[in-house]
Formats: sequence, C-alpha cells, structure tokens
Amino acid sequence: MDSISQPLIRINNLCKTYPTRSGDTVALDKVNLDIGDGEFIALVGPSGCGKTTLLKILAGLEGGFSGEARLGNVAITKPSLEVGVVFQEPTLLPWRTILENIMLPVELVRMDTKTYTKRALELMEMIGLKGFENKYPRELSGGMRQRAGICRALVRDPKVLLMDEPFGALDAMTREFLNAELQRIWMRAGKTVVFVTHSIPEAVFLADRVVVMSPRPGRISEIVPIGLPRERKLGDLAHAGDELARIRGHFADSSMID
Amino acid sequence: MYRDNSKLLQAALVVLVFFIVTGGWEFYVWVSETPAFVLPAPSVVGKQLFSLLGNAMFWDNFWVTMYEVLMGYVLGILIAVVLGVLISQIRLLDLSLMPYIVAFQTIPSVALAPIFLQWFGYGLASKIVMAALIAFFPMLVNVIAGLQASGRDEVQMLKAFGASRLQILLKVRVPNSLPYVFAGLGLGVVFALVGAIVAEFVGAQKGLGKMILQFNEQFNIAGMFAILIVLAAIGMTMHSIVGMAKRRVVFWAGDH
Ligand SMILES: Nc1ncnc2c1ncn2[C@@H]1O[C@H](COP(=O)(O)OP(=O)(O)OP(=O)(O)O)[C@@H](O)[C@H]1O
Ligand SMILES: [Mg+2]
Repeated sequence: MDSISQPLIRINNLCKTYPTRSGDTVALDKVNLDIGDGEFIALVGPSGCGKTTLLKILAGLEGGFSGEARLGNVAITKPSLEVGVVFQEPTLLPWRTILENIMLPVELVRMDTKTYTKRALELMEMIGLKGFENKYPRELSGGMRQRAGICRALVRDPKVLLMDEPFGALDAMTREFLNAELQRIWMRAGKTVVFVTHSIPEAVFLADRVVVMSPRPGRISEIVPIGLPRERKLGDLAHAGDELARIRGHFADSSMID
Repeated sequence: MYRDNSKLLQAALVVLVFFIVTGGWEFYVWVSETPAFVLPAPSVVGKQLFSLLGNAMFWDNFWVTMYEVLMGYVLGILIAVVLGVLISQIRLLDLSLMPYIVAFQTIPSVALAPIFLQWFGYGLASKIVMAALIAFFPMLVNVIAGLQASGRDEVQMLKAFGASRLQILLKVRVPNSLPYVFAGLGLGVVFALVGAIVAEFVGAQKGLGKMILQFNEQFNIAGMFAILIVLAAIGMTMHSIVGMAKRRVVFWAGDH
C-alpha cells in the first residue's frame, strides 16, 4: 500500500513482559510495525507468540509495556473511540437484544442514539442480520452472533477494526462465507483492520500484508505482502501459492499448519 | 410436549403421595386408637385448621407474624444489598470485613434470639431484628458472589468500548448477579420466617409462634399442626412469588 508513507498505526520497539511465578514471559520482543490507513493486516503465528497481547495493546486494554504504539498522533494508553474490537467469543450480553447489544458502545459514551440506531440497522442489513434486531443472542447461531459482534465493533464508525480470531470457533463453511463478507465490508467502509488468525489461507485471502510472528520471545519474523487483486474470490488462493508456501515455511517445524 | 406431560405426571404423583400419607396416617391413628394429644388424625387437624381460619384471633396473630417476617425480610435484604455492593467494590472493605462475615456466618444466629429479647423487648422489634439477621447472611453472600460472577471476557469487552467502572458495574456485573440475588431472596424468605417464629418462641405477646406455644400448653397438638400448615403455606407462597419474579427478571437464564 502506498499509504504506508503515512502510517495510521505505528508500533515502535514494543516489548511486553508478563511476570509469572515461574519467571517472566516475554510476550513481545522489539516489535516494529507500521500499518497504513485503510490497510488490512493479518497476524499469524503459533500459539503463545503474542498476537493477542499485541492486539490488546493496540486496543488500549494492556499497559505495562515498553516502546510505543501510536494511533495517528497519539500514543495508545487507553481504549479509543477510533477503535472497534471483535473478540474470539462474540461476548454478547444475553439480557440485551441484538440491536441493544450492537448499540452498547454508543450507549457507553452517550452518543446520539437516533443517528446511531440508524447506522446500526444499516450495518445489520449489510451483514445479513436484518430481522433479528429484537431477538436475543441465544436465539441466533454462532455465525450470526459473531456478525452481531462485528456490527457492534463498527457501530461508532471507528477508523480501526481489531479482530482476534473472530471466526476461530465457527465451522469452515460459515467461516469462508464471513471472510468474503468481511472483505466486502472492508472494501466498502475503508477501515484499517488488524486480524489475528491461526489459518494461513484465511490470512492470505483477507490481508494486504501477512505479519508472521514467532514465539518465545514473541517477534515478527517476516512480513509477506499479498499481491492478489480485489475483490478476491476463494479460488484466487490458487494464485497465491508462493505466498502460502513462504508463510507455511515458517511453521515447518511447529504444529501450526492449517 | 414432553415437558408438559412430565409436569402433569408430577402433579398426579404429588397428589397421590398426599393421599397415601394422610390416608395411612388416618388409618394408623384410627386402628391404634392413638389419643389426639399425642398424634391427631389428619381429619382432626383439618377441622382445627378450618376453625382457625374462621377465627378473628387467629388472623390477628397471623398478621403480626407476617408483619415481622416482611419487615425483617426487607430490612435484612436491603442491608445485605448495600453492604454486598460496597464490599464487592471497595477492596479495603472486602479485606477488612470478609473474615468477620465468614466467622459470623458460622454462629447459629437463632441463638441470639434471647439477647435480642433483652435488647429490643417483647414487642415486634426483637422479632423483626431476628428475621432480618437470618435473612441477611445468605443474601449478603449471594450478592457478593453474584457481583464477582461476571466473566473476564464480558468485562474486557466493555472496557474495550470505553466503559467506566460504574458502567461495568451497572451494565454487566449487576445483571450477572441477578441469578445469585434471587437465590438469596428465595433463601431469605424462608429464613426470615424461621427467624420470626424462633424469636416468638423466646418471648412474644402475639404471633403464630406464640400460638404454637399456647396450643402446646393446652395439649392441642392438632392446633399446632394446623399452625405448621399455615406456616408452610406462607413459606411456599412467598418462595413462589420470588420464583415468579425471578423467571420474569432473569429471563435469559435457564431453569436453574
Ligand atoms: N495475563 C497474562 N499473564 C501472564 N502471561 C500471559 C498473560 N497473557 C499472555 N501471557 C503469555 O504471553 C504469551 C503470549 O500470549 P498471547 O495470548 O498474546 O499469545 P497468542 O499469540 O494470542 O496465542 P494464541 O494463538 O494461543 O491465542 C504467552 O506465552 C502467554 O502465556
Ligand atoms: Mg490469542
């Protein structure tokens, strides 16, 4: 992406250590990464390499690190209105309807309910949740709940979308469908996305650049740009053999093969 | 369908057990010619109960006990909620008070009834305090447990969207505590009833507990059984009111 000349997110020499009883765990070690405005970044790497830690720091949920993470011109120290987060579990509140769940971020910062209800309804229609506004989470399938989670992350119209294995708990078909959906939303809305996944094909399908991390200590081992043109189709992965192979090469001796 | 059937079956079984037990009891008393001041037949208890229900004196005592139970219950519950919220939110209170609460819980509170009689007299106050105290503990424990029951994920999700501590409390912790709160409320009604009756036993001018003592002195065992039935009816009614409220309020939780 040419917008890299003026990155939206700047990660500078980021180090994060968790003290534990059996000594310190270095979750992130000198991580440097610039993410352009509107870029789609996928983070892959074996379990424990610090993907969630990195995402939490970007979300302003984790302190106690050295180095710096900047969003625009400000150092990230607390959750920001410019960031929406999608978690691995949808974590919808069971006593709220789907629409009430999606409106929660709006409610928390007392933004205008009317304007944003309209936006929430548009998002729901776009993502295929129309008609489920007044249902409760338990009445929806796992895939639909996760879509509601995405709407909730988007409702305040943030610049950045952080997603931590959002489709990890879903079956393969739902997952492929939602990947295609996510690509469309991203292309239409022009968000900057940081997407954590264990699936290399998913990363290649979605991302402009795939950031490969390695564990103990958590480091970036390679950044692989994906040249496939948009809008990508699942079959296009056949044309990304080199990229897939390159990323897979990092995990030849680990258990993370997908 | 299956559920409805099993409910019907249960109702039938409950009725059946009732008839078997009371029938067997009636038969035993009749055959063995047990005198009524030792074990009255169910039919005698039933007659006694009906005559009580038509007696103004009984209703006078009934409402005294109800007043003690309800006042004590509300008082105990309110204090437990306030204290529970404070303890769960203020670490200093948690650290300093929790050991005492755990210790006090092991005291059988009913043993305090004679002391309350000394402090608060033979009137309603000593009964209300007793009922409040026993309803208080299960409620307090449940409020604290409930407010800590929220999953890490839910709390983190709220934080990620910029929620303040108060918002996390109100929007996640309080709703998640409600199943616990209703467990405490359900135990509380039964406990408050026990508290009021025990306090009346220790010394009272009026009330259903006092009536039990009077019937006992008159060797009117059937009367005592009749009062017991009334007490059971009070307990079950209040408990099912709490249960109904729970199903309405905590509509998202399962049956248990
Ligand atoms: N709160 C914590 N306390 C102590 N150690 C932690 C904590 N959170 C993470 N870690 C450790 O930091 C390292 C990185 O964890 P992290 O969750 O970021 O990995 P991950 O890449 O997201 O793994 P996964 O793919 O399994 O989700 C791991 O070794 C983990 O054990
Ligand atoms: Mg993780």
